[in-house]
Amino acid sequence: MNSEQLNERIKKARQKDHLIDLIGISKEYDGVKVLKDINLYIRKKEFVTLLGPSGCGKTTTLRIIGGFETPSDGALLFEGQEISDLPPHKRRVNTVFQKYALFPHLNVYDNIAFGLKLKKMPKKQIDEKVEQMLELVNLKGYGKRHVEALSGGQQQRVAIARSLVNEPEVLLLDEPLGALDLKLRKDMQLELKSMQQRLGITFIYVTHDQEEALTMSDTIVVMKDGTIQQIGDPKSIYDEPANAFVADFIGESNILRGTMVKDELVSFAGADFPCVDSGFGENAPVDVVIRPEDIMLVGEDVGQIVGTVSSVLFKGVHYEMMIDAGEYTFKVHSTSMQPQGSKVGMNIVPFNIHIMKPMTEVN
Amino acid sequence: MMKLLKKCYLGLIMVFLYIPIVVLIIQSFNAGESRANWEGFSFRWYIELLQDERILNALYVTVSIAVIAMIVSTILGTLAAIGIHAMRKRPQAMMMTLTNLPNTMPDIVTGISLMLLVLFTKVERGYVTMLLAHITFDTPYVILSVLPKLKQMNRHTYEAALDLGATPVYALFHVIIPQCKQGIITGAMLAFTLSLDDFTISYFTTSPLVQNLSTLIYSATRTGIDPTLNALSALMFVALLVLLLIVNRRTAEDK
Amino acid sequence: MISNVSLPWWAWAAMGVGLVVFIAMIAMTIKRNRGMHRSLFASPYTLWMIIFTVVPVILISYYAFTDANGHFTLDNFKNFWDSHYEANKVIAAEGKRLGVDYSQYIVRGTVNWDTLVYSLWMAFQCTVICLLLGYPAALFMADRKMKLGSTLVVLFIIPMWMNFLLRTVAWMSLLEDSGLINSLLKSLGFEGVQLMYTSNTVLLGMVYNYLPFMVFPIYTVLNKMDFRLSEAAADLGCNSFQTLYKVTVPLSVPGIVSGITMVFMPSVTTFFIPRVLGGGYTMMFGDLIESKFLTEGNWNAGSALSLLMMLLILVSLSILRKVDPNGEGGGLA
Repeated sequence: MNSEQLNERIKKARQKDHLIDLIGISKEYDGVKVLKDINLYIRKKEFVTLLGPSGCGKTTTLRIIGGFETPSDGALLFEGQEISDLPPHKRRVNTVFQKYALFPHLNVYDNIAFGLKLKKMPKKQIDEKVEQMLELVNLKGYGKRHVEALSGGQQQRVAIARSLVNEPEVLLLDEPLGALDLKLRKDMQLELKSMQQRLGITFIYVTHDQEEALTMSDTIVVMKDGTIQQIGDPKSIYDEPANAFVADFIGESNILRGTMVKDELVSFAGADFPCVDSGFGENAPVDVVIRPEDIMLVGEDVGQIVGTVSSVLFKGVHYEMMIDAGEYTFKVHSTSMQPQGSKVGMNIVPFNIHIMKPMTEVN
Repeated sequence: MMKLLKKCYLGLIMVFLYIPIVVLIIQSFNAGESRANWEGFSFRWYIELLQDERILNALYVTVSIAVIAMIVSTILGTLAAIGIHAMRKRPQAMMMTLTNLPNTMPDIVTGISLMLLVLFTKVERGYVTMLLAHITFDTPYVILSVLPKLKQMNRHTYEAALDLGATPVYALFHVIIPQCKQGIITGAMLAFTLSLDDFTISYFTTSPLVQNLSTLIYSATRTGIDPTLNALSALMFVALLVLLLIVNRRTAEDK
Repeated sequence: MISNVSLPWWAWAAMGVGLVVFIAMIAMTIKRNRGMHRSLFASPYTLWMIIFTVVPVILISYYAFTDANGHFTLDNFKNFWDSHYEANKVIAAEGKRLGVDYSQYIVRGTVNWDTLVYSLWMAFQCTVICLLLGYPAALFMADRKMKLGSTLVVLFIIPMWMNFLLRTVAWMSLLEDSGLINSLLKSLGFEGVQLMYTSNTVLLGMVYNYLPFMVFPIYTVLNKMDFRLSEAAADLGCNSFQTLYKVTVPLSVPGIVSGITMVFMPSVTTFFIPRVLGGGYTMMFGDLIESKFLTEGNWNAGSALSLLMMLLILVSLSILRKVDPNGEGGGLA
């Protein structure tokens, strides 16, 4: 992208009411591109999640916003101001680091007061604010404790308090719950979300856990190999994945190769299915995505496809069955169980068939 | 039974290590000058020590150089360790080779190469050249003690400090250095000890006019060791022992 | 001592270029990181090391490859193989001038080579003895049941605070003809023994000085070792001797390598001990280098010897690194 185009886009972005704009951001390390043309905007009070497998560039994106990396190309705007070259200590964002990065030589109080002391705030006011924060994160009375004597969950809370006490406009969180066990992680997800809503701060959250992303976010940005795959709210990402990668990464799905016979008719697994998509052209190759819970099990004689149950697993709420039908094995979730080895029919209603352009590489 | 044998073995090794030291301390209280014959207990050599200007001067040179070299190499080495830690892979490997070079080079080669440098730059050999040489061989040891502490450190703590509004310099002094304090202290103590005990490198980088204890003892071996030197090293030995006990007591209290 | 210390113009030029490169690299780092970067903290040290380590090594190399007039020559290395090389060259030239064949009178001497072999042999013996004495010591120190480890480490360090020259000299008072051991023997009615000024005395002094450097790295590795491993070995049917040589010793190889390095390297070039305890009758490589510089004033020959010594040590180090590629052995710290 040349500078003229970039300036044009910066000008356009300034007219909108965005808090942060990433315009054509890319990043290279020793000739390896880890971010390629990232375009993204974030509004005030939004909870945005960068979601993707490890190495997809989500943490690098966060570090660029935090000021720990400088982009090789593109512009980063904060309230319309270019801030790519602004050092981290001058940005109005704060970060909660992976594995917390608490200062091991300071106690809980001094960790939280670190930023306030730098602002030369009077001692009394610091005391008050730290006290408030400790209350907010449910650690009242822990001020004198040594941080290394705290449990993982408590350290996590100190890290959040340490950032929030500076009243940032934006809080960046880099896999903050990654080191916690499952139960605690679920509790903290809810707590973080309610904290964000109460304080009205913009959260930018990095995770590789799709469930976490779906529960907490207003907007999810799915990334892969340094590019954005899809941006949208949790529901639209889940229901209308933009490509097979997103479909596979968000929730479980059956991804099949098919052919678009004509508008609103697709052929896969040896049968033709009516669907709601159009505009792919006639006899165009496509990827077909079907969620396991969207396949209805019916009698052998009335099914659009017929298959044999090859395995059954009980998953708590539903059964997960693998059903062999010709060249494909379908994963089906259903509350009614079909015994292993039995023949079943499968039906799919038109709006549950998601059709997308084939990806050149299916991972 | 086995345990007793093991203890005996270790005991014998300790006897081997301490025999010359015990002999040396006993000699320092000998009234006579002979190394072999005991002529009665006396403080004669300790009293003479206080009047021997040559030895006191050498003591001053040794200790002052050890202290200055310790301070300079600790600062230089700590900064260098932080810098090396922040480097990319290849320059880092280069710096580590450079740092390991003086350790792998024989002392005598280090000494001679520094002597060549001094003669070549036409600087007069003496106190300053010896001090520079000591800083040169001390610094790598400081780096090698600080670097592991930096590697253990969570690298995000530095970024966290910047994130919370600290300038890089503030973060350096309030976040990085406190976290590798233990390594810095170890490095400083190592530097002090090495400098105190060095002979080979000092021998090549100083002139006969400015002597530290080692070079003084060396020239004395040609004419015969003066028991005052024994008295001095016995005193230094005890002083260091007391220092160790104090440091130990202190660290024990800290815990 | 030679007084005409000067380098040709190109050496100055090289140093100038070096300085410019150094400054340029700093400037590049600043530019690339758009300001101060932490790696710049290493620049004072880098400059220091260039002046006080790199330049001196270059100086040594320069002198090793030139003659007294500053012309390039390999004679310094030829001198190493044949100690009479210079003298023979003169004789041969004279013979040629007079038309007489002197070749039968030309003797070939190998003093330098012999000294090197002797030094290596002494260092080898010293290393083996230190290993044989030190390994059991380290093993017993690491014995969890005895709980002696940290105390003994301190006990090993304390003697090193006594000036090492004086400690070596103290052995003299034990070993000399009128020393403590001989007095004791005589008072018991035995004959006195010649203990001083032999190779074995020098060896004793070397072992005495370098033993802790063998014990520490081995102890560090053994102490870090998971003690359940030897329990597992015992569980699988090893007796305590089998456990030792099948599990403990192989696992402590990094420590052994590190110990060998720390004993062998300095003992090859040790130069004070042979002088005091060997009485100057035995010469080791360190003494040879020192005498070339300070007694003969032959910088070129001395530099060539130093360079060979460095080469020898770098080669042995790279061999040892192969055995312990991660450098897990650790040193004193």
